[in-house]
Amino acid sequence: MYDPFLASPLDLIYGAITGFIFGFLLQKGGVTRYQVILGQFLMKDFTVAKVMLTAIIVGAAGIYGMLAIGVDIALDIKNAQIIGNIVGGLIFGVGMVLLGYCPGTALAAMGDGSRHAIFGVAGGLVGAAIYAEAYPFMQARVLGVADYGRITIDSAAGFSPWWIIVVMIVIAAVGFYLLEMWERGGRAAATG
Amino acid sequence: MPKWLRMPRWSPYLVGAGIGVLSWITFAIMGKALGTSTSFVRVAGAIEGTFAREHVENNEYFARTIVSTEEATRPIVDWQVALVVMLFVGALTASKLAGSTFTEHVPKLWHWRFGPSRPMRYAAAFLGGIILLFGARMAGGCTSGHAISGGLQFAVSSWLFIAAMFASGITVAFLMFGKEGRNHV
Repeated sequence: MYDPFLASPLDLIYGAITGFIFGFLLQKGGVTRYQVILGQFLMKDFTVAKVMLTAIIVGAAGIYGMLAIGVDIALDIKNAQIIGNIVGGLIFGVGMVLLGYCPGTALAAMGDGSRHAIFGVAGGLVGAAIYAEAYPFMQARVLGVADYGRITIDSAAGFSPWWIIVVMIVIAAVGFYLLEMWERGGRAAATG
Repeated sequence: MPKWLRMPRWSPYLVGAGIGVLSWITFAIMGKALGTSTSFVRVAGAIEGTFAREHVENNEYFARTIVSTEEATRPIVDWQVALVVMLFVGALTASKLAGSTFTEHVPKLWHWRFGPSRPMRYAAAFLGGIILLFGARMAGGCTSGHAISGGLQFAVSSWLFIAAMFASGITVAFLMFGKEGRNHV
């Protein structure tokens, strides 16, 4: 451990540039605010859904587009450890409501002026250390129980990922159009 | 300085598209998914290792993340730790460019429901952080590395995670703040 302490300068520069842009975007998107994140979970403010779904669609179109024209991209699929994914996701949701941020937005929120986010990040380090202690148990009793490996929806269903991209674009276009109409109507009604 | 850099908010669709493009770059150049929560394991292990080095090195989870072997070099500060540190700097820059003087100790919604106590809010945030990272590591990632980066590859694991995090988040938010809370966000 601690050997090496630092990755190669090039890796660090790539990471730093990506992180800077990512943090900049999160702040401009408003998702570094507790009120916006809780607004999503209370189904009042749909900023988080708009950011996430647009990122997924644009990301997918680009990644599968690059693969289609022959760019050599290594995908990075996480194992479908069904119980871990679901129970972990349920626990994650509890933490996200209590803190008001996810791990990435907590760090960005600190930059945006949130002081309580600092305590959330400190708690996150403790949570990661606790998980490391729990890992042998998790691996033996939880993660391995229903592990289907690195499967994707398209590979499991046996069709092209482009079908999912097309369906998602249609759902997002219609859904966001209706949402914007509804939000405008609500604002008009509120201001009278 | 162009005016658009000084705007307090951009369209969430534009921001989402920007994060999508950023994910192309991390996949194409780094061969990695755009993520953050593994860095919490690295930093936690590095800190714990300063007073319990043997314990950390013998822990399987820390070992496969930060202990280098002949086959794999595992630095403490890897590209993602650099990314996570610069998340803070990027958001700070965006905030300052817009002339924001925002500081928040107790958010509005929390204040309405649980009162103005700072220690209580800090304690809740700390506990929330513990639960958040435990859940993230158990599920295999967080919002960026799992939900967005895995979601865009249509990974079964990531869509299960997305469904679970929203189901749980919505339930807990309504349990804590009720329908009345909607008037305070």
